[in-house]
Amino acid sequence: MNKYVERLYNGIVKENPTFVLMLGMCPTLAVTSSAINGCGMGLTTTVVLAASNMVISALRKVIPDKVRIPAFIVIVASLVTIVQQLLHAYVPSLYDSLGIYIPLIVVNCIILGRAEAYASKNKVLLSACDGIGMGLGFTIGLTLIGIFRELLGAGTMFSKGILPDSYEPITIFVLAPGAFFVLACLTALQNKLKMPSATNKTGTSKLSCGGNCATCAGDVYVANHGLMEAEKVAKKAEAVAKAKEAAKKKAEEAAKQKEEQKTDKNTEEKED
Amino acid sequence: MQELALILVGSALVNNVVLSQFLGICPFLGVSKKINTAAGMGAAVIFVITLASAITSCIYQFLLLPNNLTYLNTIVFILVIAALVQFVEMVMKKTMKGLYNALGVYLPLITTNCAVLGIALINVQKEYSILTSIINGLGTAIGFTIAIVILAGIRERCEDNDIPESFKGTPIVLITSGLMAIAFCGFAGLI
Repeated sequence: MNKYVERLYNGIVKENPTFVLMLGMCPTLAVTSSAINGCGMGLTTTVVLAASNMVISALRKVIPDKVRIPAFIVIVASLVTIVQQLLHAYVPSLYDSLGIYIPLIVVNCIILGRAEAYASKNKVLLSACDGIGMGLGFTIGLTLIGIFRELLGAGTMFSKGILPDSYEPITIFVLAPGAFFVLACLTALQNKLKMPSATNKTGTSKLSCGGNCATCAGDVYVANHGLMEAEKVAKKAEAVAKAKEAAKKKAEEAAKQKEEQKTDKNTEEKED
Repeated sequence: MQELALILVGSALVNNVVLSQFLGICPFLGVSKKINTAAGMGAAVIFVITLASAITSCIYQFLLLPNNLTYLNTIVFILVIAALVQFVEMVMKKTMKGLYNALGVYLPLITTNCAVLGIALINVQKEYSILTSIINGLGTAIGFTIAIVILAGIRERCEDNDIPESFKGTPIVLITSGLMAIAFCGFAGLI
């Protein structure tokens, strides 16, 4: 498969940010009260993601390693501001319905995650494809959840009446609690079918997160803090023990050599 | 005065930051396994959000607004918040050892908490004055702490219960939060 197409496939299917990686949960829960909102949010994020991946990848050799995270944040924040102004000017209806969640794209972990994991190590075009793939995956996820919630909660799809009038809409699904219930059912289904997902992955590392930073939700960090500290101490102790052993070996070797020399001398003397 | 009290109650209970506005979902789901850690996270969030809303609203009122730079909101706020969290961590480490040991682990996590940036932006959007912004930030953070501590309590109780296999882990936490969100809808009648 062409490596550019492979990037798109990876973002949309294999590592879908909503269904597989479970990243960016705040917008996923907040703006999916209707399909059109979900789709709009997804596409806005796609634009920011593709642009930020391109810029960061182009600047990857210029940005010093130590200040890369602040630099990434500034780049992403500038791009988000640009997109926000454009939406305000040309798509005011979407701007109004998404409201505060547009500037909050800055703290969407998908964007910083892709910048850190992919764009800062790969070429511009590949990074752009990666951003577009991830963004489209996110869009599909949000739109599907939005369609589901809108259908159950209002009986419509993309604001068009689909279900017959005899259907009594379950209003709670377009309200805040509905978002939690839909996501709960989704993750339960993934657990049941043992589909690849951040919620049912069992890691190989002895750290409780399985050493997978992409799925870290914070608690893991707290839980691992002790473990990591213990690991550090163990490593240090090991290093010290190794050094001691090496010193011991050296001493032994030196002693052996001396003995050998002695015996050599002895034998030499005897031979004499 | 009455207006300020209304804003405090409104942001803490009626428009609860996690359960009705979906800001800060990651720490809400992530750090709520035990009541102790949840309370620690809550305390750190109260501290940082109150401080951050005071500083961002000062910057907005005295720097951005007079110079017509309000479109720079997002960039300035995120940088200020990131720097603030780092700074608070350093100061705490140096001067307040006890508090640092209690909250220290949670501080780096807060930079990525979208509630902090969200509140700063909401303060600007609603054109709150500096004092009102601080009260709004404090109320929001208290709301976050209430929600996360309640969720942690329920999760501790859930631990030994017989939950269907596929609902174990994240799904049951989400269902719990959904039920809590329904309960918090009841506060809408308060104001």
